[in-house]
Amino acid sequence: MTAAVPRPRPTAMRAATRNRPIRAVAPWIAMLLIALVLPWLFRDYTTGRDNGFMTAMFGQMGMMIVFALSYNMLMGEAGLLSFCHAVFFGFGGYCVAHLLNAVPVVVPLELLPLAGGVCGLGLSAVFGGMATKQRTTAFAMITFGIGELAVTAAIMFQHFFGGESGITTDRQNAASLFGVNYAHGLAVYYLIVAWTLIAALGMFYLRGTPLGRMANACRDNYERAQFVGYDPRMVRFIQFALSGLFAGIGGGLYSIAYEIVTYDAVNAPLSGNALLMAFIGGVGSFGGPVIGAILITALQSGLSLMSNSWLVYVGLLFIVMVTVAPTGIAGILRAHGPIVRAGRLGTLAIPYLRMAVPGLIVLTGLVFLVEMLSFATIGAAEGKTFSLFGFAPNVYAPMPWIVALAGFAAGIVWLRLEGQRFFAVWDDLMTGLAAAAPR
Amino acid sequence: MNAPALHLRDVRKSFGPTEVIRGVTLDIAAGERHALIGPNGAGKTTLFNLISGRFPVTSGQVALDDTRLDTMPPHRINRLGLSRSFQITSIFHRLSVFENLRCALLWSRGYRYSFWHTLTRQTALNEAAERLLEDIDLTARRDIQAGLLSYAEQRALEIGMTIAGGATAILLDEPTAGMSNTETEAAIAMIRRLTDGKTLLMVEHDMRVVFDLADTITVLVYGQVIASGPPAAIRANRAVQEAYLGAEAA
Repeated sequence: MTAAVPRPRPTAMRAATRNRPIRAVAPWIAMLLIALVLPWLFRDYTTGRDNGFMTAMFGQMGMMIVFALSYNMLMGEAGLLSFCHAVFFGFGGYCVAHLLNAVPVVVPLELLPLAGGVCGLGLSAVFGGMATKQRTTAFAMITFGIGELAVTAAIMFQHFFGGESGITTDRQNAASLFGVNYAHGLAVYYLIVAWTLIAALGMFYLRGTPLGRMANACRDNYERAQFVGYDPRMVRFIQFALSGLFAGIGGGLYSIAYEIVTYDAVNAPLSGNALLMAFIGGVGSFGGPVIGAILITALQSGLSLMSNSWLVYVGLLFIVMVTVAPTGIAGILRAHGPIVRAGRLGTLAIPYLRMAVPGLIVLTGLVFLVEMLSFATIGAAEGKTFSLFGFAPNVYAPMPWIVALAGFAAGIVWLRLEGQRFFAVWDDLMTGLAAAAPR
Repeated sequence: MNAPALHLRDVRKSFGPTEVIRGVTLDIAAGERHALIGPNGAGKTTLFNLISGRFPVTSGQVALDDTRLDTMPPHRINRLGLSRSFQITSIFHRLSVFENLRCALLWSRGYRYSFWHTLTRQTALNEAAERLLEDIDLTARRDIQAGLLSYAEQRALEIGMTIAGGATAILLDEPTAGMSNTETEAAIAMIRRLTDGKTLLMVEHDMRVVFDLADTITVLVYGQVIASGPPAAIRANRAVQEAYLGAEAA
């Protein structure tokens, strides 16, 4: 049997090389196809009208994908924790708004996001030069300072930033290269899709270049990089500047889509969002921030309609991810790769289901606690009545609180037990796969 | 290959009030295999850090042929062709073994900070990395994360990275520390092969390795050179025997 092994290998290898391009391109094509058909799935065909809310949300997802990916050029690829990434996003947005307001507009609308990117690049080159002089905590602190500086500037320099009301604009001031009428939200959406694809391809390409690889190297071992001839500060400076370019493209799209840019677009919460999206999605792989951007945007748009306390849930999700799954959603999915390839995913079905039951109980208990608390403090004052999942408990009686708390606490204990059982199965499975793997 | 000579002139280094290197003057001839020995705390690694630019000197001069090194940052010194390894393994632990070697090759191959070349398409570069992989016997571990290699394998990778850029002056800081006897033998054979024709300065504790490999031995005690010469002379030197070799024998 061992003698037979070497023979089929060359053909197998050739087949693998032949399949590689298809495999590499497949997720891109799939994402693009989904993006193209998405708005049509929510279209109301009886009236022939698009679902404006959903189309806008999908557009927002596109910008946030660009934003989160550009953040991960720092966080995941270069190991740089930045707290000022929104500055370059917002600056790109402001610049595009001003370009649009300077009638006649010299740049065609389709190229305006690039103009936003160039502005973002310019600013990130200036601030990047300051921040990348330092490493680790000092770097993070400098970026924090830059973020604060930008917010102050946005409020102080009315002429450029428009103060608290921001800068409004009209995207129809710009001509279209292809004669497209961008009055329609759908046209804007497809412009966002196109630029998201271009930016994502650009950032993917950068990962495979000498600069991208040395950014990884400096992340892993700053000192070693110096002793293979590289100045890690220069590597980080260029990486930082380029991430500003892509953030600026995202900001340009924002300006075109919403026709208003306020200091929210350079503000610390948006910088925090970049971190949130990248981390929840997973900083260790290229697709992670994409997943994070989609999820967080969906939560922001969808959950915020359902609950006043939606930020509490996002915050809790972040804490849970950082503590339980620091590799993010992409990391969790990737860990299942060998199991799926071995065709053993079924083994995990029951353990997963067994975890889902207490998981749901914990979640329900938590949601009741948060919502009752939110109602007792805010909702009641607004004169609303409390109702959740068809229940309308009396928020001022002790019983609903006791039930919710007890369910939450018992669920956690149960979940932990099931979790231990799950990981026992998981470990067994992994050892089995490792033993079966050819050396 | 033109190996350079390394010159140290009255090199001193103080950390606060403590002078660790107390006036070292040393000439390492072109193409020589030079071993630096001495008891723990003698300042061997500090001297390495001064030569390679990791720490600035307090006073004195370091020169590679006619080029002063003592005012340069480490990456510039490296680009001149002086490369070093570390006593505590220093690799890019999350990158694959192959990527580690390719990173170590990039600068010397003129890629600089390029963000337009696609690494997978650089045939000559990739072939050079594959050859290095063979040189250090890690071809079978090519795609493993460097941090997951065994200790001896990591040491081999580190030596591979040190010589990758085509440096003509090599500084190895205890390359065989912590290795078993067989691993040490393999490592020494590898070092001998890979540093052929280059100027080599190494810190080593294993006396068999030192006397086997070195053309010249320098003994450092409390930040000062107490003897320097061919192995036979060092072995016969009374002061060395008292300060170091004798102490070990006792």
